[in-house]
Amino acid sequence: MAKLIWLCLNFVILCSTVGAVFEDQVGKFDWRQQYVGKVIFSNFDAQSQSSKKVIVATENNVFASLNIRTGELFWRHVDAIGPEGKIDALLHHGQDALLVVGDGRLLRSWEINIGGLNWEIVLDSGSFQSACLIGQQDIVKHVAVLKKTAISLHYLSNGHQKWIENLPESETVDYQSVYSGGNGEVYVLGTVPHSHIAIVVYSLDDGEIIRQFSVEAPWLSNIQASCAVIGEGMLTCADSATVSMYMLDLETQTEMSQIPLQSLGLEVTPGFQPVLRSTQPNAARPPLSEFFLQVGPEQHLLLQLNDGQIVTLRDFNPALLVSFATTGEKTIAAVMSPKNTTACSVNLFSAESGRRLLDTTLIFPLDPNGGKPEELYVQAFLKKDDSVGYRVMVQTEDHTLTFIQQPGRVMWTREEALSDVVTMEMVDLPLTGTQAELEGEFGKKADGLFSMVLKRLSSQLILLQAWISHLWKLFYDARKPRSQVKNEVTIENLSRDEFNLQKMMVMVTASGKLFGIDSKTGTIVWRHYLDNIPANAAFKLMVQRTTAHFPHPPQCTLLIKDKDTGLATLHVFNPIFGKKSHVTPPAMPQPILQSLMLPVMDQDYAKVLLLVDDQYKVSAFPSTKNVLQQLQEIASTIFFYLVDSSQGRLSGYRLRTDLSTELIWEVVVPTEVQKIVSVKGKRPNEHVHSQGRVMGDRSVLYKYLNPNLLAVVTESTDTHPERSFMGILLIDGVTGRIIHEAVQRKAKGPVHIVHSENWVVYEYWSTKSRRNEFSVIELYEGTELYNSTVFSSLDRPHAPQVLQQSYIFPSSISTMEATLTEKGITSRHLLIGLPSGGILSLPKMFLDPRRPEIVTEQSREENLIPYAPELLIRSEWFINYNQTVTRVRGIYTAPSGLESTCLVVAYGLDIYQTRVYPSKQFDVLKDDYDYMLISSVLLALFFATMISKRLAEVKLLNRAWR
Amino acid sequence: MALPLTFNIALFSTLFFVLFTDVVFCNNGRRVGDVMDTEFGGFSVPLEHSFEVDDVAQFRVRGALVLKAGREPSVALTQNQLSEEDRAKLKEVAAVDGLYRIRVPRVLLQADRQTERQLEGYLTAFVRACAMVESHLSDVISLHTDVSGYLIGVSIVTLPGACRGTEVEDEVDLEVFNTTLSVMGPVNAPGPETALFLERMEMETEKKGKNPQEQKSFFAKYWYLILGGAIFLVVSSAAQPPAGGGSEQS
Repeated sequence: MAKLIWLCLNFVILCSTVGAVFEDQVGKFDWRQQYVGKVIFSNFDAQSQSSKKVIVATENNVFASLNIRTGELFWRHVDAIGPEGKIDALLHHGQDALLVVGDGRLLRSWEINIGGLNWEIVLDSGSFQSACLIGQQDIVKHVAVLKKTAISLHYLSNGHQKWIENLPESETVDYQSVYSGGNGEVYVLGTVPHSHIAIVVYSLDDGEIIRQFSVEAPWLSNIQASCAVIGEGMLTCADSATVSMYMLDLETQTEMSQIPLQSLGLEVTPGFQPVLRSTQPNAARPPLSEFFLQVGPEQHLLLQLNDGQIVTLRDFNPALLVSFATTGEKTIAAVMSPKNTTACSVNLFSAESGRRLLDTTLIFPLDPNGGKPEELYVQAFLKKDDSVGYRVMVQTEDHTLTFIQQPGRVMWTREEALSDVVTMEMVDLPLTGTQAELEGEFGKKADGLFSMVLKRLSSQLILLQAWISHLWKLFYDARKPRSQVKNEVTIENLSRDEFNLQKMMVMVTASGKLFGIDSKTGTIVWRHYLDNIPANAAFKLMVQRTTAHFPHPPQCTLLIKDKDTGLATLHVFNPIFGKKSHVTPPAMPQPILQSLMLPVMDQDYAKVLLLVDDQYKVSAFPSTKNVLQQLQEIASTIFFYLVDSSQGRLSGYRLRTDLSTELIWEVVVPTEVQKIVSVKGKRPNEHVHSQGRVMGDRSVLYKYLNPNLLAVVTESTDTHPERSFMGILLIDGVTGRIIHEAVQRKAKGPVHIVHSENWVVYEYWSTKSRRNEFSVIELYEGTELYNSTVFSSLDRPHAPQVLQQSYIFPSSISTMEATLTEKGITSRHLLIGLPSGGILSLPKMFLDPRRPEIVTEQSREENLIPYAPELLIRSEWFINYNQTVTRVRGIYTAPSGLESTCLVVAYGLDIYQTRVYPSKQFDVLKDDYDYMLISSVLLALFFATMISKRLAEVKLLNRAWR
Repeated sequence: MALPLTFNIALFSTLFFVLFTDVVFCNNGRRVGDVMDTEFGGFSVPLEHSFEVDDVAQFRVRGALVLKAGREPSVALTQNQLSEEDRAKLKEVAAVDGLYRIRVPRVLLQADRQTERQLEGYLTAFVRACAMVESHLSDVISLHTDVSGYLIGVSIVTLPGACRGTEVEDEVDLEVFNTTLSVMGPVNAPGPETALFLERMEMETEKKGKNPQEQKSFFAKYWYLILGGAIFLVVSSAAQPPAGGGSEQS
């Protein structure tokens, strides 16, 4: 018996292995792109002239080094998500980069060449305020970290703490800034808002307070925003209310002197808070006496402090961005000013004199589909002739990094917006011109026999021509060495391949930038930045018209909804070219509650999008007469549901002919006990090939395939591990009928759920056993179908049979999705994104509630795997071999033209695209298929038959003669 | 004592009137949404229905649900017959493919006091009116509760569920509801079955232990194969040198 089970298991395992990639297939069907996120701190490695790296710290808690020649990553360190891993400060000194992480929790030192960790220390608790390098006698040896209540000093070499001191009067004074001019004193600057500045001076050697004094400053609220230290310890602040600068010599004075900007001949744009920008090239020396003052959104001034007097060196108007850079002993100022509508120019100026340096103009091309420049990072270097050369890295609003060399050569761009993909769709590529021509022939109305014949002949000719040119190209390419044959992907040569394996990935990012990416190579084909996207927008991307309706262009619609107000806008565009459509989307003055895509099409083959506003009125897009007429006809069959999780209310509505709605059902889950966390329907483009399962006794168990079924997940409000539970409700979205209601006791979220065909798979955390568990629910109608021709929610009186089973899963998961194929013949797999960065392809047959606990003849007949409580992770199930996908947040699956193949995109910080074959490639010949052998065998057989036939004939004849 | 006839009539008619209004009032039932305690520990809530030609819901009492709280909540239904007028209306609604809706107030089954039971709002469900007519008012109503006994949903289906357009001739068929009623709570989803699996594994190992053949060592079990293999090796190696030499020579 045991042997039999073992054999059976073996058999199953052998049968169900996923086709893992061979070594030579690496990168053939898949690609990965790694991102870092929006840059907040950036430093060029100024160690040597030939240095070619820039270190960046980003909003996504990533610390990385980029190659400035190519834009590729040298190394990358990804910290924890959220405030725990937030990078508070980046200080760069020589070969080391110092990071303060997690609101002053950790201080780390990294070696920037190889990205190795030098040391890490845990800082005392307290919220982080500021950090700075401290030097003395031209040597920088320490770093000071200022917290809310204390300041500590650490050695750069090993991180050990030199001293820590509590700050005096830290309950009332808000200490914000720390400064050192290299003279053995550490200045801590704090403020009591609208009253005074408190200054404490510590001795570098032992942390003793040398001096402590306060200065009246009733106009000041934030030191970091409006003040800077300039020159030999001159604290300078700018105030917009009095339109003046205030200066204080930290060493000698105890009162601030006011300098009205008018006395300098300067004017501030009304309502603009002036910004000071100083530079301290070496931490062991005081900052330079030159500084920038921004007096308007596009006006900057280069000022100099000269013997207590402020001198205007140069007025930059208009100037978008300014930045200081130092190389050797020279400090330069780079200024970006608008040139025309398509470009900006960057110029270098000597910081000391304000003189423009010759031949330093650099053109920054403005992308019409990008955002405005936001930050300018300058890398200056000394040329052989001792003049200053430079390169700039420009960050734009759409999180793009562009690296430019003189005179305007874009070395590389990084689309960091792609580190935060929110939603995506895959759209079929259009046919080639010739294919489209053929299609067009059938699309047009017939006009006479003769012209039709002519048209047919001409299109055949075109096809022939295309074929010949294709052959010629093949021949031509074959002669060239392989490395020279480049397949550049451009919009022009994008066309559908034979098996529809290459598609356009339309990706929507949180920053509001849309991308069109070729799925085969990962090349960004188009990009489009939508400005005025609210900060907390929710996106929903819908394909209204596919590429199948030539000559009508494909059309995608992006619904952008402000989560706070509920107000929404539509962006309609062509998914292949990224261009905004000419179709004007309807204005939506009311908050939108729900949107749904109908299978109904207008006369231009665009699917109708219904939008339900908060008055429960429905508007259609497109709303042509044709559409409205169709809607009127089918109004009584259009149902939709709304979920109000704050009240626990699920309600169903029916459309009326006048496009108003009526409430038809209501289910209310009391919020005191449990809250609705997610509602999941089925994917509309899903096909189920087989209606039932053949059982061991040859009878059929029919699946309950309700396309309107919703899986509602609830979590208990009580979070105590003994009492917490999660509920799962299966509700028919049309009738509101509760098909099944189950609770998983002693369980809590986060719950990941996949709902497809006749099954629901969910994953939760078991608080009792402290482990992750999978549960699967399958619905069956029984051995007889109620109505085999059509499914109607209104006419299915019998409740389905519900089977459920649970399993232990050895890892937590990040996201989950099911594979999808064209016709649904291929068996299904679950794609599970693990926090470790692996993407696991788990065969659905392991999650089958009919897995028997005791093996019988019948269950073996059915090929059911005997039940085992634990689902093992087999290493060959990882579809991304060693291509770790960091922080995977979502997996998107799309069918291809091959039934065996499913396209998969996993996105998170990285983007990974691959293909999976859940039932192996049953419809594809292998790469190394021996065509020669099979054809020669066939030929040989053919000749053998011919010869033997002849011989047989001769023999027969001879026998007849005998 | 001879009162005038007119007065008599007036008194009589007044009395009659009062009585009549009273009766009407009784028929109308209690205020919508009232919860009544009944004798046997349960309590009753109204089950209301609505079927209108213009599909604007106007709920009227169809009957009373008597709910009994406890570990195993039970429910009983007392309901009125459909009046002549309602029957005609229902058929009319069915003819225009209108909806037949029902609703019950949200209640908490488990609470002891009446005040705690009642919650704001209703739970509604519907079937097509034609299905109601064609099934001769035979419907299945189920009430769903959550873990703590709150009523969260109600569902109604008719048996048979289809609308085939068959005419219901006999008015009598539409008089009495033939309702199957049930209360359903959530089922406990199973956790991973470790105990049974372990038991099975244990049994298997035990079986293995009992079976002496399984206990034998590798060599003891397959000695003949190994011996055969060894002999084969010896024989083949003995036969090889001449053949090898031959190939070298050629």
